[in-house]
Amino acid sequence: MSVTKKLMYINRRAPYGTIYAWESLEVVLIGAAFEQDVSMAFIDDGIYQLLKGQDTNDIGMKNFSPTYSALGDFEVTQIFVEKESLEARGLALDDLMHLTYEDEDEDYAEKDSIKVVSSSELADIMEQQDVLYNF
Amino acid sequence: MKFGIQINEGPYTHEASDTAYHFIKAALDNGHEIFRIFFYHDGVHNGTRLTAPPQDDRNIVNRWTELAEKHDLDLVVCVAAAQRRGIADADEAKRNGKDTDNIAPGFRISGLGQLIEAGIQSDRLLVFGD
Repeated sequence: MSVTKKLMYINRRAPYGTIYAWESLEVVLIGAAFEQDVSMAFIDDGIYQLLKGQDTNDIGMKNFSPTYSALGDFEVTQIFVEKESLEARGLALDDLMHLTYEDEDEDYAEKDSIKVVSSSELADIMEQQDVLYNF
Repeated sequence: MKFGIQINEGPYTHEASDTAYHFIKAALDNGHEIFRIFFYHDGVHNGTRLTAPPQDDRNIVNRWTELAEKHDLDLVVCVAAAQRRGIADADEAKRNGKDTDNIAPGFRISGLGQLIEAGIQSDRLLVFGD
C-alpha cells in the first residue's frame, strides 16, 4: 500500500466512563504499522485521557494511561490538545502527562509531542486531514 | 465515490446502525461503492446470528446479511472488540475454548488494520455513532 494519507484520531471522551478512549488507543497503535502521516486531537472530555497521575484501583479497571507515553515510539508525534477544552475544565498543560518523542532528523533530540492549539487552529488542522477517525 | 463505513454502536439501543444501513443502501442505489463496513466498539453486536427481535420489528442482523449478499459487501467485525463482547466465528470460538460460535452469515472477523485500510483506500470514511 503505497498511498500516504494524513490521518487524525479525534478523542472526545473521558477515559474510563466508556470504552471509546481505550479502543481508540488500540486503533492508533495498530494504525502505526501503516506508516501514514498520523496525528491525534484531544477535545472536550477527551483531554482527561492525558491527565497526569491516573489511578484506577478503586474502580477495578485497567489504567491504560501509561500507554500514551509509548506513542512516540510508534511515531505518533503530533498530539493536539484544544485550549478551550483545557480552560473550560480548569486545567493547564502542566496537568497533562509529559509526552515526548525522539526526532530522528535532529540527532534523536527529545521533543514535546503535545501542542496546545485553539479551537480555530484545530479546525484548520482538521481541514488539512484526509481521514478523521472519530472516537 | 468509494465509501468506508465505521459503525460504533450495537443494534436497537442506538439508531447508528440503522442510519448506516439506510445510508449504505442509498449510496449503492445511487451508484457509489462501499469499500468495507467495519463494526467496532458495541457495533460488533450487529454481527450475532442469535438475535430474535419481535416479528413486527426490523431484523437488523438479517438485514445486514441480506444487503451483503445482494451487493457483495465486506462486513468486518473487529476481533479485539468481538472477543471482549462475545462475538465469535468457529475459529475464534475454538481458539478461546468456547462451546459455540455466533457470527451471522456474511460477516467476517478481522483486525483493526482493516479499519485503517478502509480509511486509506476509501474516498471518504464515515463514522456512525455518538
